[in-house]
Amino acid sequence: MNVITDHLSEFGHGLLLTAELTLLSLAGALVAGTVVASMRVSPVRVLRAAGMAYVEVLQNVPLLVWLVLAVFGLPEIGLMTGLFTTSVVVISLYQGAYTAEAVRSGINAVPAGQGEAARALGLTFTQSLRLVVLPQGLRTVVQPLGNIAIMTLMNTAMAAAVGVVELTAAANRVNLAEATPIWIFVTAGLAYMALSGLFGLVTGALERKWAILR
Amino acid sequence: MSAPSSRLLFDEPGPRARRRIRIATVLAVLVAGALIALALRQFADNGQLAADRWRPYGTWPMWRYLLEGLRSTVQAAAMAIALAGTAGVVLALGRVSPSRWLRIPAGAYVEIVRTVPALLLVYVVLFALPRYGLDLPLFWKLVVPLSVSNAAAFAEIFRAGIRSVERGQLEAGLALGLTRGRAMRLVVLPQAARRVLPSLVSQSVGVLKDTSLGFVVSYAELLYSGKVLANYNHLLIQTYLVIALVYLVINASLAKLARTLEARQRTRPSRSVRQAVPTAQP
Repeated sequence: MNVITDHLSEFGHGLLLTAELTLLSLAGALVAGTVVASMRVSPVRVLRAAGMAYVEVLQNVPLLVWLVLAVFGLPEIGLMTGLFTTSVVVISLYQGAYTAEAVRSGINAVPAGQGEAARALGLTFTQSLRLVVLPQGLRTVVQPLGNIAIMTLMNTAMAAAVGVVELTAAANRVNLAEATPIWIFVTAGLAYMALSGLFGLVTGALERKWAILR
Repeated sequence: MSAPSSRLLFDEPGPRARRRIRIATVLAVLVAGALIALALRQFADNGQLAADRWRPYGTWPMWRYLLEGLRSTVQAAAMAIALAGTAGVVLALGRVSPSRWLRIPAGAYVEIVRTVPALLLVYVVLFALPRYGLDLPLFWKLVVPLSVSNAAAFAEIFRAGIRSVERGQLEAGLALGLTRGRAMRLVVLPQAARRVLPSLVSQSVGVLKDTSLGFVVSYAELLYSGKVLANYNHLLIQTYLVIALVYLVINASLAKLARTLEARQRTRPSRSVRQAVPTAQP
């Protein structure tokens, strides 16, 4: 057990970085996902096609390929961004595709009468989406969005493979220095479980607060 | 699928709405064109558009090498899907079993593994197990952690399938004198598996994507082959773009298959109707 207490600061830093990566990526994914989902339900065919292409392309290439492409490829075309920033942006865009699908299913779950009522009041497409449909649609997909949050947490570990020293990479470094793998990896695993447990609790609370029973 | 969403937020456009849609279309095309132009300029300014940086990808030896990597990807994915799928069935049966001694361990496995990243499991197999005298071959160093982590996902899919089969099916099996195990195996599971087939295909796409962790294991699947290739010919961005394209083509086809299966299930008429229909439709 000494291994853990001796390296508490490494674990702490790793955990902090994982939490930062997850929260920033989630925020980005929510924005990207909402925008893409709105494009997919818009009356403009080009936007619908673009939204669909975004989801297809992002979802069907592994996250690690995107990370490698961005981290090692972007400098080759003269775009120098920090490792952390690049990782956050890539994970945001990747999770954004999944978020878009969840949000879209939420939009589709809103009864057609709501959209018709909004139009009858004279709201434009953007207004009826922003003021009437999205608020209701998002509230019906709290649970799926919670699952996406946990998936994002799991996927931040991929950043370890391109050199971000988050929790997984930190555990690996400590292991290389100390060579007592079991406790080190179990600790990292427990930390991940604790974080996703926390996400589960938050999702549950939000769900109770916001869910619309249909 | 798109019909209900398009009905929800806009009506049949009138003349003014049509004009607005046309303006939005032109704007969207302009923005997309500008983005593409910007990206191309960035590529060109750094000499990444030069023909001789792309020409190698028109040659057979390069593709033979990448296809070799793709074969390893498919092999690893197939093995991981087979192992994780089998384990998933067992775990799902455990989770719906009446015995608490099966239900609790199966539930615990699923809940724990679902919240541990696959890469952490890869590191465990890569760096922890050899310390305890278990040094697997490279192939298994990739396949074992992927199977362990995806077994939980497959278990959840199968459990949802088993839950969706009406209780009466199991009861009818029991009434016929089958044991619980045989009723599950002969009556419930086949129906459950058919219902969750689209999800199984989607999850298999996930496994195929996860095999890119071979990058970490140095197992020569597609992404790691790309890394080796890029180190050798220094065409880094070109190599990884080609690899992304290969993944995209394969996974998009599988995802399309999953959607087709789902659509067919949703509107599945009985077999006799299906046989009668093709002659009716031109």
